Amino acid sequence: MADFEPKVVAFLCRWCAYAGADLAGTSRLQYPPNVVPIRVPCSGRVEPSWVVDALQKGADGVLIGGCHPGDCHYVSGNYKARRRVYLLKKILPELGIAPERVRLEWVSATEGKRFAQVVADFVEELRALGPMKVMSEG
Amino acid sequence: MYPEGITHHPSPITRSRIGVFVCHCGHNIAGTVDVERVAEELSRYPGVVYSTHYEYMCSDPGQELVKRAIKEHRLTGVVVAACSPSMHEATFRTAAEEAGLNPFLVEIANVREHCSWVHPRSPETTAKAIRIARAVVEKVKGNHPLEPVRVGHAEKCLVIGGGIAGIQAALDVAEAGYEVLLVERSPTIGGHMAQLSETFPTLDCSQCILTPKMVEVARHERIRLLTYSEVEEVSGFVGNYHVRIRKKPTYVDPDKCNLCGECEKVCPVRVPNEFDRGLSQRAAIYIPFPQAVPSSYTLDEEACLGLEPLRCSECARVCEVGAIDYDMQEEIIEEDVGAIILATGYELYPVENMAEYGAGRVPDVIDSLTFERLLSASGPTGGEVRRPSDGKVPKEVVFIQCSGSRDPELHKPYCSKICCMYTAKHALLYRHLVPDGKAYVFYIDIRAGGKDYEEFVARAMEEERVLYLRGKVAKVFREGDKVMVWGVDTLTGKRVEIAADLVVLAQAIVPSPGVRTLAQVLHTSCLDEHGFLKEAHPKLRPLETLTGGVFIAGAAQGPKDIPEAVAQASGAAAKAVALLSSPAIVHSPEVAQVDEELCSGCGVCAPQCPYSAITVEEVAEVNEVLCEGCGTCVAACPSGAMSLRNLADEQVEAMVQAVLEEVAGG
Repeated sequence: MADFEPKVVAFLCRWCAYAGADLAGTSRLQYPPNVVPIRVPCSGRVEPSWVVDALQKGADGVLIGGCHPGDCHYVSGNYKARRRVYLLKKILPELGIAPERVRLEWVSATEGKRFAQVVADFVEELRALGPMKVMSEG
Repeated sequence: MYPEGITHHPSPITRSRIGVFVCHCGHNIAGTVDVERVAEELSRYPGVVYSTHYEYMCSDPGQELVKRAIKEHRLTGVVVAACSPSMHEATFRTAAEEAGLNPFLVEIANVREHCSWVHPRSPETTAKAIRIARAVVEKVKGNHPLEPVRVGHAEKCLVIGGGIAGIQAALDVAEAGYEVLLVERSPTIGGHMAQLSETFPTLDCSQCILTPKMVEVARHERIRLLTYSEVEEVSGFVGNYHVRIRKKPTYVDPDKCNLCGECEKVCPVRVPNEFDRGLSQRAAIYIPFPQAVPSSYTLDEEACLGLEPLRCSECARVCEVGAIDYDMQEEIIEEDVGAIILATGYELYPVENMAEYGAGRVPDVIDSLTFERLLSASGPTGGEVRRPSDGKVPKEVVFIQCSGSRDPELHKPYCSKICCMYTAKHALLYRHLVPDGKAYVFYIDIRAGGKDYEEFVARAMEEERVLYLRGKVAKVFREGDKVMVWGVDTLTGKRVEIAADLVVLAQAIVPSPGVRTLAQVLHTSCLDEHGFLKEAHPKLRPLETLTGGVFIAGAAQGPKDIPEAVAQASGAAAKAVALLSSPAIVHSPEVAQVDEELCSGCGVCAPQCPYSAITVEEVAEVNEVLCEGCGTCVAACPSGAMSLRNLADEQVEAMVQAVLEEVAGG
């Protein structure tokens, strides 16, 4: 599995995590190209079913990026996201998916460095976990 | 000329005709991403009928290229693979609109910030750019043409709070030509500024600079002043608020009252005078201070012996002009306003909460506003500093800064910001009035950021020989006719004990208690953890709340001094005027919508909404003006009835698919 490159879908809230990723770009911080971002208005828009859908379609990991607690542009969407991801992670083993494949991270618009670090760490962790195989990870 | 684009037939399934425009951004993208290959790969992607790349897509010729392609290839959607949408989304949406394409059918694939700038030149980087662009093509395929929501609005502004911030905001809005409704809870406008003696750092007489503004409010033809009134109910949304105000009866007709003061003299009642912080007494019929606006007496119903001739009626008997009317009723005022400015101000953290400083039981331990009244020429002592217990002139006065502030264990964790300055002023004025008196100031550190502020504190220290002691006071207690102050000077490391005649506590600034009720009336979660009004963005939207059309001015947002409160009030007024003067209110149409066929009316969505935009009766209904488009309700809907315009579940699923599909050779 030396040449395994994990594929990661990232749902990034437009106000914080997406903007943090923009700042990582403006600052020319290098991180692995395994993560492809999808812009969403708020981490509260992310439906747990999207995450499962992505993993079933062949993603090795899903990253959800939102604003830090208390900073949500829409007041409380990130708290909703936190509850949903918490519950989702409880269910994932039942679906044969390792919960570590899903990450919820708070990245502010000023945290370009943090975004790059989060991506690098997550890709590394997924590389260790190996490719996604449904029904065998529970 | 432009490079030759690659054209294909539209996808028979989707009938989308998408154009993809890959930008080189000079070297910024083309340096690490094989832009030609991205354009070529995308040209083969289902639904894409035209794909090209160009050196600078945002330049005029680049935009022309997009516009021409929209017309020539009858594009139904445009994807520009370029920099972040925060840079040029608006540019390309405007260009598309000029070419006849609805702007909401244009999306940006961010291949610069999220790809070319963060990865080395490699096939993987190009493959990622292709994945990003494909995903955005899928999004555009699912987008619908939308029109911004436009609604009319009322052309009136409600200002709540008649302190200096509310006064300034009301005057600015009225001067701009709009009607203003200024609501104040107490019988007069002026707020705390009217209680102050002088103001730092210029030592301007506070009332002298305030009262002309108060008179201007009273005289302004476009300001309707409602004192002794409270906002009871607010409904509606930005530009279209309906407000209900309850005006308590003053039992004195302000048009008849000529301020002769005879009523006050014959009134047998005496209660503590709030304006003098309890240092003096007032009658049940009173005027807070001579320059009060409106210029009229008020009969305090609570204190009065009884509003009927049999009980007392002394005041009515002596009133020559017949201004007193015991039958006056409360009034309910209903108005439609477009904007609301909250200027509810502050209070001081009660001395009663300071157990370590005598819990309010030592008469000669007073708070800073009480000291202002002792300094004021119009105050209860006529501007002579006399202590409350025995009326003696205090010869040793201790001022304690940060009393209740910066104390996360026991009191408030935050800095109250203005205390360093007004304490310097207090000590300085005290030394002017009692030249042989000694002034001590206990401080944690001095925060004197502001024009001429540092110099002012230096003046108190050096010219007025006020002794500044760095340290906290541990205990204050009464001993005989002295007030003992036990503290420590952290610079010398020694204990300090002062037998003082008077102690002045620079109490923490806390929000006015009414603001909590007001936040509930406004149905907005606009208070921070300390109860101050929370701004929409601490850096970039400091004058707005998260509720559209509701603005903030003054110390209701956090401790601030007069110039800051005035500046913020003018800013809030400008925001309100911008709203009131706009032809219509424009709102993003990318909001939640309900499929009534699927909705079961379960109501899971409504409590998810931070803007109270959802009402549920038979089925859920979204007020598209209130909805900000976060999509939290959509994710919560168990039956898939709620969706977010132009970010539906099907779109996201297609985007995920596009991201994960293999890229040949990638």
